[in-house]
Amino acid sequence: MLEIKNLTANVGDKPILKGIDLTVQAGEVHAVMGPNGSGKSTLAQVIAGHPAYTVTGGQVLFQGQDLLALEPELRAQAGVFLAFQYPVEIPGVTNAYFLRAAYNEIRKAHGEEEMDPIDFLDLLEEKLALVEWGPEIMQRAVNFGFSGGEKKRNEILQMAVLAPKLAILDETDSGLDIDALRIVANGVNKLKRPDSATIVVTHYQRLLDHIIPDRVHVLAGGRIVRSGGKELALELEAKGYEWLESGAEALA
Amino acid sequence: MTQVFQEQFARTRGSGSPTWLTALRESGMARFTEVGFPTLHDEDWRFTDIGPIAKAAFTAANAGAAVSPGAIAPFTFGANEGVRLTFVDGHFVPGLSLRPARLAGVTVAPLSEIIDTPAGAALLAQRLGHLTPVEMTPFVALNAALFSDGAAVHVAAGVADAPTIHLLFVSSGAAAGTMAHLRNVLVVERGASARVVEHYVSLSDGEYLVNAATEVELGDNAELTHYQVQRQGAGAFQLAAIHARQGRDSRYHGFSAAIGGRIGRNDTRTVFAGPGGECTLNGLYLARADQLIDNHTAIEHREPNCGSRQLYKGVLSGRAHAVFNGKVLVTPEAQKTDGKQTNRNLILSDHARVDTKPQLEIFADDVKCTHGATVGRLEELPLFYLESRGIGPVLGQKILTYAFAAEMLTSLTIDPVRAQLEALVGAWLE
Repeated sequence: MLEIKNLTANVGDKPILKGIDLTVQAGEVHAVMGPNGSGKSTLAQVIAGHPAYTVTGGQVLFQGQDLLALEPELRAQAGVFLAFQYPVEIPGVTNAYFLRAAYNEIRKAHGEEEMDPIDFLDLLEEKLALVEWGPEIMQRAVNFGFSGGEKKRNEILQMAVLAPKLAILDETDSGLDIDALRIVANGVNKLKRPDSATIVVTHYQRLLDHIIPDRVHVLAGGRIVRSGGKELALELEAKGYEWLESGAEALA
Repeated sequence: MTQVFQEQFARTRGSGSPTWLTALRESGMARFTEVGFPTLHDEDWRFTDIGPIAKAAFTAANAGAAVSPGAIAPFTFGANEGVRLTFVDGHFVPGLSLRPARLAGVTVAPLSEIIDTPAGAALLAQRLGHLTPVEMTPFVALNAALFSDGAAVHVAAGVADAPTIHLLFVSSGAAAGTMAHLRNVLVVERGASARVVEHYVSLSDGEYLVNAATEVELGDNAELTHYQVQRQGAGAFQLAAIHARQGRDSRYHGFSAAIGGRIGRNDTRTVFAGPGGECTLNGLYLARADQLIDNHTAIEHREPNCGSRQLYKGVLSGRAHAVFNGKVLVTPEAQKTDGKQTNRNLILSDHARVDTKPQLEIFADDVKCTHGATVGRLEELPLFYLESRGIGPVLGQKILTYAFAAEMLTSLTIDPVRAQLEALVGAWLE
């Protein structure tokens, strides 16, 4: 589903990603872990097309398509979804309007009819249940004045509505209390499909108690320095990241 | 050029008016003759070139333009509309108005109907031209000399259930190069509350002038929600002045929307004449092509413990030009003043221009006054957020621009105005 080959990216002149190789198959959950500044959020944002980063080399293929050649909205329309670490507040736009607009843009991109507001409400009701929310949230402005936990739940709600093929969760667990963490993880698990894949970017192992990864990758210094099964996350939790960082330098 | 006005004045003045009114008209004409049209050398007009108005030779619009109920239907407030006075080209039209037979404690009438009556004299003689002095602006002076009609609204003490009062001013475009001078007097007595909408609309994109002046008096503990909506045609010039006097503990909620016209200039002033009052002056302006929209506000804190809030937001495209000048005066008596003023501008093109200027003049020491102004483009991050959800930059810009403007609409409490403006903002973005 996703094939990343020797990907390098900068912020301004500063290299952040220094050659990432990663392959994710349909139906899989991959965890990308690493210390602060390792480049794991950058990787997530580069895949989504964040304008703050410049790709300097390498390739990202999504279902065989050159993802880096696409504008961000086309990536989203192709089925890529990034749950933001810091979801953006949009005062003046209701959640309901925003979600329906996004949903319909994606439908139109696939040559389908727009869904009218009434039918969309039915769809929403089902998705709201997934994040244990009532309909009131839909009349609030997007993320505006939301608590940290509400923002993350809203990301999962969007993901539920847009039903991406590849969902990337960028530190979705940060700032969550245990209830919100459970709700978010539960949402992600229920949205898993055999034809979709999930990349969970996280600093801590605790989200991976709830979302069990098939593969764990450790990023340090802009490179993947280790990959393994879910037990690698536990090892990191026990040992911290310091031993890996020194390992990365040794590799460099 | 002022010849035109002198001639019109000669006709207006000689129409058998009460002496107090003739005196006002004469003082208005004298003032205008003395100061003439403002130029870029006048501090209050230095960004606002009204040359096109000064050069044009407008003639007073005649009554009787054929306007059907259907033509004004889009501007009305639907089935629940309570009171509407409709003026076409400066003249009251009963057939397009809605006037309930009985409104307890509420008077809503065209000036032309009551100005010569004892009741009219009682309501107007000490207010018309006194609340809004002819010195306020040259156009106010001209208005005093030439106004043809307008609305008188009186809400008696303690009356709190008056229906929304809709003052609809239609420019028909039936004749080219016309002018209409309109004068409104709104009086809300002690402890009463009212909602008034001044609604300036057009059926034409021709060149014409609308010059309005509205005088507002709020008694002690009175409350007025007062919207002024300007949606003139593309060739229009509109000047609108509001001068409010607020009694003790009164509350004035002012909102201005300026969307149409080639040149639109608003002068809004409120004076706290008693302690404990509150006022909100909010505004939204949308300007495109070569439009010039100018909002001058002045809030005079002359008594202690008053609060004022101003938020004006504008969206500009093309070569449009916006001016915002917000003056807050705090006299030595006005301790514990709490004032906040904000002007935010969203620029959608390379050639739009904004001149924004706060003017705080504070002579009391125990006050809290802040101001801020921004002029900027849409931010990159919200756009990317929308893109990451499949919404491309063209639609994303529209959504975010709408959201920027719509913030000014969510707090509107008169539903049909909010709905109409939401639709107008949406249409403006298309």
